[in-house]
Amino acid sequence: MTWEPSASIKNLQQRALVLQQIREFFAKRQVLEVETPLLSQGTVTDLYIDSIAVAMYGKTYYLQTSPEYAMKRLLAAGSGSIYQITKAFRQDQSGRIHNPEFTMLEWYRVGFDHQALMDEMDELLQWILATAPAQRFTYREIFLRYLAMDPHAVSDEELWQCVKQRIELASEITDRDTWLDLLFVNCIEPNIGREQPVFIYDFPATKAALAKIRLDNPPVASRFEVYFHGMELANGFHELQDGNEQGERFERDLQLREQQGKTIIPIDQRFLAALTHGLPDCAGVALGIDRLVMLAAQSTAISEVVSFDFARA
Amino acid sequence: MSTISMNDIRGGTKVIIDNDPCVVVDNEFVKPGKGQAFNRVRYRNLKNGRVIERTYKSGESLPVADVVDVEVQYLYNDGSHWHFMAQDTFEQYAVSEVEVSEAKKWLKEQAICMITLWNGQPIEVMPPTFVVLKVAQTDPGLRGDTSSGGSKAATLETGAVVRVPLFIKEGELLKIDTRNGEYVSKAKE
Repeated sequence: MTWEPSASIKNLQQRALVLQQIREFFAKRQVLEVETPLLSQGTVTDLYIDSIAVAMYGKTYYLQTSPEYAMKRLLAAGSGSIYQITKAFRQDQSGRIHNPEFTMLEWYRVGFDHQALMDEMDELLQWILATAPAQRFTYREIFLRYLAMDPHAVSDEELWQCVKQRIELASEITDRDTWLDLLFVNCIEPNIGREQPVFIYDFPATKAALAKIRLDNPPVASRFEVYFHGMELANGFHELQDGNEQGERFERDLQLREQQGKTIIPIDQRFLAALTHGLPDCAGVALGIDRLVMLAAQSTAISEVVSFDFARA
Repeated sequence: MSTISMNDIRGGTKVIIDNDPCVVVDNEFVKPGKGQAFNRVRYRNLKNGRVIERTYKSGESLPVADVVDVEVQYLYNDGSHWHFMAQDTFEQYAVSEVEVSEAKKWLKEQAICMITLWNGQPIEVMPPTFVVLKVAQTDPGLRGDTSSGGSKAATLETGAVVRVPLFIKEGELLKIDTRNGEYVSKAKE
């Protein structure tokens, strides 16, 4: 047993500096800092993100996996552009670059689409990490570049062959989205963002989450992710405004959860009501601050930049 | 047979994969943006020495290899096998080159090591963390030669080659850290 912090005091000073720089960045742009509840009756329905349940007055509340729903309720109430620095919680996610509780920067810009938000993200990264401007590739371009395949058009058979050839799997995996994820994390992620950050955008519609889907051919989700030094740093959307479509996506998630024998999550009705009232056209993004500090401090593990990692909590 | 879940598997954990005992080299938790979580496990098969990377779903678990570590003294090498004797039972073990693996370059007769037994068979040898070995060959260090970063290669009596400071001479005794193969200091017998 050890009582000492997992991070050095020097890294904690670096962390404090990064937080200060973030607040300066948004103060200059007149984006409002907000706080929202960590405990909520509704939570994320994603098949692969599990919330931590907490008993309160005989009811179940959930520690938030992201402040997204509450922040969108503020946007619907007319807050204008907002940002938040908050803890977020994910059940059973720990590893070299994961801690079950972590610190997230999430911000929303009214009137921005995902392209404009990528510009702002790029400015933030250059300001904090003193890095070169980011490179941008569509999801399709990056697959063509590293795997010589079009992820939207490739047949299931060809995709599965490619996975089997390149990745030794312990058990059979049968869904297309997971095949794409496996290829991305094993064959693309380690090779991108070595010199400067890389933005990947326009994901397959099946990976839309809370992003708008553009009815191009093929339809793509107006979503982006940021990669730097082999880590995913951020995930952003041109936000879906349609409450009905959002409700349908939640229902579909719950069907998948049921098929896989996972807990059924209460849909956040307050969030859907806010969308029905009207969410302004906006783009939003969540960035992992611990990973950002890792880059600023040149650390290789999240434990080195949080005062007490999960093993010492 | 007991099992261990992905979350508890670390470098050094011994597990059974494809019916063979294996030691985990590292285990990385991988979580694609919105996708399913995986563990990328790199492991060395202790019977054939091969290092393999395999991707598991994060919920999976592996059978634990039922192994015991025994403290032994290294006796001699007969050309094909390395021979050890248990400190407490005086039982002798003959270990082949695959199993002795990287440890062989640090082994000097009389050294006290650990060997890992699986079903009574030796599958791995762990040399002492620090060993003291004599320099068999090294070139004289040239003063002011900074092209090699102030170090040079030295071959030790066991055949291991390590980087040492320029002032080290043949015949001197060196303390070496076997975990990373790095020079620690000069040593006295």
